[in-house]
Amino acid sequence: MAYTVRRPNLTFWEKLYLPNIIAGLAITLKHLRKMLAGETHVVMQYPEEKWDAHLPEYYRGAPTLVTDQHGREKCVSCQLCEFICPPRAIKIKPGHIPAENEFAKVEKAPEAFDIDMTRCIYCGLCEEVCPEQAIFLRKDYAITGESRAEMVHDKTKLYELGGTMPNLVHKWNPDK
Amino acid sequence: MALLNDIPWFLIAASVAKTLFLIFLVVLPLVSYTVYAERRVSALIQDRLGPNRTGFPISLFGFKKDLQLVLGGLGQPIADAVKFLLKEDFTPGHVNKVYFWMAPVLAMVPALSTLAVLPFGNYMFGQKMVVADVNVGILYVFAIASIGVYGIVLAGWSSNSKYPFLGGIRASSQMISYELSLGLSAVPVLMILGNLNLSDAIDYQVKNGWLLLPFTDGNLTLRELLLWVPVLISFIVFSISMFAETNRLPFDLPESETELVAGYHTEYSSMKFALFFLGEYAAMIAGSSVITVLFLGGWHIPFLPVNTLESSMTAPGAVLGLVHITAFFAKVAVLLGIFIWVRWTLPRFRFDQLMKLGWLYLFEIALVNIFITAAILALVR
Repeated sequence: MAYTVRRPNLTFWEKLYLPNIIAGLAITLKHLRKMLAGETHVVMQYPEEKWDAHLPEYYRGAPTLVTDQHGREKCVSCQLCEFICPPRAIKIKPGHIPAENEFAKVEKAPEAFDIDMTRCIYCGLCEEVCPEQAIFLRKDYAITGESRAEMVHDKTKLYELGGTMPNLVHKWNPDK
Repeated sequence: MALLNDIPWFLIAASVAKTLFLIFLVVLPLVSYTVYAERRVSALIQDRLGPNRTGFPISLFGFKKDLQLVLGGLGQPIADAVKFLLKEDFTPGHVNKVYFWMAPVLAMVPALSTLAVLPFGNYMFGQKMVVADVNVGILYVFAIASIGVYGIVLAGWSSNSKYPFLGGIRASSQMISYELSLGLSAVPVLMILGNLNLSDAIDYQVKNGWLLLPFTDGNLTLRELLLWVPVLISFIVFSISMFAETNRLPFDLPESETELVAGYHTEYSSMKFALFFLGEYAAMIAGSSVITVLFLGGWHIPFLPVNTLESSMTAPGAVLGLVHITAFFAKVAVLLGIFIWVRWTLPRFRFDQLMKLGWLYLFEIALVNIFITAAILALVR
């Protein structure tokens, strides 16, 4: 059913527009002044200011490999992460630990471990699936490179990013 | 000096020098930095930051780092210009090629041509700082400025598609409507000045105080006080009409983005689009200059001595001449700031509201204002 919308009865000054225009100009000027005085909080100026200190503990950044407190690479190249990785970003070439090595009883360590960061989706499944707690998603998020080759993190790079993380389970400790 | 001015080639050379100075050293940089100011001020008004980091990419020339944050985005106009020059200049197949190519030129040229008669300074090196000191000054401005509508209408028609067409139609009716109130609101001012020459308009304001601020000469007579009322009305009507003439918000119906994509320049790209853009801002500068000359005393600074033709050859006179030129463009810059400020405050009018405002209010106010001025001029000596 059609119904009539009652128009508000405008006063003379409202009909004249000008007072309202001046009020509007005052509002925009106030915003301009506050911005110039730095009173308005605006977005972070990213490359200069970063939010890194506020990243939560569970933040999923770039996947990395870690060594234990004895300097042993934790990865035993079981390849579970390679198989679970949804975008197939991980490539592992398993290798043997030579008999004369202190950690010979671990038997295996990766000969090559590549994570293609152009494919990685930072899902964290590799970290979750790892039985040796060898792969962790750290807080690096700005992974850039000038070529595709540069975007593939090899073993050296992964250990460099990952650093050391002490064992929670001591089954591979040399004195045991 | 007067002897030199009689030699034709010297006159031509001086005019060319003044034109080149005005267009390439003042107006085009002013246009590009108005665009930058528009983006920055709009951002600040909306609690954003705007383009604040385009520096000069001197790393292209072998330097270690680009000049960036120090400049706060001052390189933006150059980046914009490079972008416009390098983009593909696409001419759609369905357009009328001749008029399609002609329209951007017609949008830009009249805006720049009006600057020819505007005195942007007093004297420098024995030269009057106006390209053409013609006696029909203000009439020339109105005549040339109204040609500017052809650029927009031709762009709308020749694009041969519906949105530009609507934009073109809107532009033609809007600009013709507001031409009336623009011209009529200038009449009281011209009656007070008793002259159409814009240099003489400034000379009058130097002697008797600026028209909008009649006390700038140090005294305020009853006649000036009474004339203040029509001048103020005339100033408001003139400014509003100027907004409509230059297609600025709240009257930017020819290119209203929300309804017409981009209005008359929807089909344009690359440098042809940039010409419309430059034309719009050049028209703003021309309009601000006219307001400055007619109401705000042109290059004059109150209580500062004015140099003469003879004194401008000496060092202090030349410095004073430079101060005058700076004062003129400072006033223009303030007016451009107001243009920007208004644009980011007011919403767009509806088309019938626009026509109603033009024909039912501004036209009548301007007309009545002429009679008020005439009565004051006749009765109060």
